Amino acid sequence: MNLTAVDWFVVILYFAFVVAIGFLLKRRIKTSKDFFQAGRSLPAWICGLAFISANLGAQEVIGMGASGAKYGLETAHFYGIGAIPAMVFVGIFMMPFYYGSKARSVPEFLQLRFDEKTRGLNACSFAVMTVFSSGISMYAMARLIQALHVFDGLFRKAGLPQGEIFTFAIVLSAAIVLLYIFLGGLTSAIYNEVLQFFLIVAGFLPLVLLGLKNVGGWSGMRSAVTAIDPRMMHEWKGVMHASTNPMGIDMIGLGMGLGFVLGAGYWCTDFLVIQTAMASRDMDSARRVPLIAAVPKMFFPLLVILPGLLAITVTSSQGQITGPQVHSAVLSPGSASSGTTEGRGLIPVKMNPVTGKPMYDANGNPILDYDMATPNMLLHYFPTGILGLGLTALLASFMSGMAGNVTAFNTVFTYDLYQPYMRRGASDRHYLLVGRWATVGGILLSIATAYAAINFNNIMDTLQLVFSFVNAPLFATFLLGMFSKRTTGHGAFSGLIAGTAAAMLHHGLTLPAEALRGIHGGWIAVFHRYPSDMAQNFYGAIYAFTANFIVAVVVSMFTKPKPEVELVGLVHSLTPKPAESHLAWWKRPQALAAAVLLGAVVLNLLLA
Amino acid sequence: MDIDLRLPVGLMFSLTGLILAAFGLFTNGVAGFYSKSLGININLWWGLVLLIFGGLMALLGLLRQLELSRIAAIQEARNRMRTMAPRRDYGPLH
Repeated sequence: MNLTAVDWFVVILYFAFVVAIGFLLKRRIKTSKDFFQAGRSLPAWICGLAFISANLGAQEVIGMGASGAKYGLETAHFYGIGAIPAMVFVGIFMMPFYYGSKARSVPEFLQLRFDEKTRGLNACSFAVMTVFSSGISMYAMARLIQALHVFDGLFRKAGLPQGEIFTFAIVLSAAIVLLYIFLGGLTSAIYNEVLQFFLIVAGFLPLVLLGLKNVGGWSGMRSAVTAIDPRMMHEWKGVMHASTNPMGIDMIGLGMGLGFVLGAGYWCTDFLVIQTAMASRDMDSARRVPLIAAVPKMFFPLLVILPGLLAITVTSSQGQITGPQVHSAVLSPGSASSGTTEGRGLIPVKMNPVTGKPMYDANGNPILDYDMATPNMLLHYFPTGILGLGLTALLASFMSGMAGNVTAFNTVFTYDLYQPYMRRGASDRHYLLVGRWATVGGILLSIATAYAAINFNNIMDTLQLVFSFVNAPLFATFLLGMFSKRTTGHGAFSGLIAGTAAAMLHHGLTLPAEALRGIHGGWIAVFHRYPSDMAQNFYGAIYAFTANFIVAVVVSMFTKPKPEVELVGLVHSLTPKPAESHLAWWKRPQALAAAVLLGAVVLNLLLA
Repeated sequence: MDIDLRLPVGLMFSLTGLILAAFGLFTNGVAGFYSKSLGININLWWGLVLLIFGGLMALLGLLRQLELSRIAAIQEARNRMRTMAPRRDYGPLH
């Protein structure tokens, strides 16, 4: 990557604004409520944009592009089925309890609704998860910066060894995120997430437009992709059976697993996104936040999936960069790209990090490095100038994901671990100080995670697997807690344990087709083979959810529920409906929700 | 007093747009410079788009900011009058 002064100017301008916002907001932080909850004073549109931006980390931008290149338009299910309905659900039905209960975090809601041990379990697993996720985000960014040779020229000029680029990238991004959160807390994180949202759109929209123009518009892309694999141009066609769609999933796994369990589990219970809605100024705004977020979210498939899909249609391999960790083994750039040892379009073959040779699967076909789809598109289409903007957008996405994790961590650590278990009843100033230092501690732990990932390549996969076990059953607990006053604390706690155990057991007993036993599953015995890892993942979530649900209901029947007076504001049947009559009909959450769902249906029909 | 977020967002995008558009003008017609972007001077065009977007945001933010400071000024004047004038009981009319 050849960056010139203009590119650096754009990057540095962005960094300057990010830090300046932190300094501007410093004066506003007087109490711990200002720091952790943005004073509960932000307008809905700001929180709404931050709501999607917090999730728009590296995994999203790079991962959705990769998935687009691998599976095609079917990836849009993560939006149409996975995200949109869940966002509508949390806005209409769950936000009244989150916001109305005055809980300061999602684990604290569990404490109010159930008991201390359910909160403790959730707070501990969540805190660990956020630290590792932001570490993974950092690691991915540093790897990408290395692979794109962003700082190589700079380092050569300064006479520094190229091996230090990894450290430099990590320390730089960590220092910036730390600075603006340390100063301005959640407000600063949210403001910057809005800035990052606009930047991501500004960086990726021209990429999609250029890519589409190059293949001759939508119809040109349709014919180019169809020539490679006709199934990739359809989101819904062939979804009834696993063998007729590229992801290898069926309707039940998709609807139940992705939509009901995983999507709802993430968007409705993860404090990473919920914290932005809980920072808004009143109940009406809080309920509108996820709904406002759903509007741009609908169009995000076009922004993040299309670059991947367009990448496979590019025929020349000019400006292409092979996967991370590759220095010498560059693919011959001039030769035809149809051979079996070549990549597909702009997607390079994955290289073994140790030997530097191409990697092959069990059938002798080369494994493609789909994660390079979106970055290679940037290099392919962007001349210097706008390339700086594209790079900034990429960096912004990494930082927004990291910042969301860090603010979620410092809040849960201070309110749900430090305050109840380490030091009760201290002054507000004390907790504010603890929150600031928890930010520092969280970022240091993330850096440690990023470094651990270099030495133990599998640590990331293992961690993400463990998180999926913990997360899969969560939605059942919240559903039972908010909609049945009979559910007890013992029921919720044992349900969570049972759900996680079920997820683990399922993973240990099943295996996706063509995968080896071990990290991909089947480490106990192989009872069932799924057509794809996606299918295994979705069905695992269904089992975890079901186990949690059944165990929680059964245990609740034999234990004593909380008295009804204590559940007012926490359970549906005991909470007065939030007042809406003061709003014009089109401003009510239901109207907005209906419009969002209608839009999602239309978009799905267009991509069908 | 709060800052309206549209102001910094607008400012940043105006500046970015300005840099890109200026660079686009400067490199306009340089042979081969825009071969990557299909011969389109993407810096100029996208710079202008960002400039318009940023300008609009900054304008909206500025208007709101002015309104906020006017409200704050009125509030302050009221407070000052209240503290300056000794409080007298004007009876039920007041």
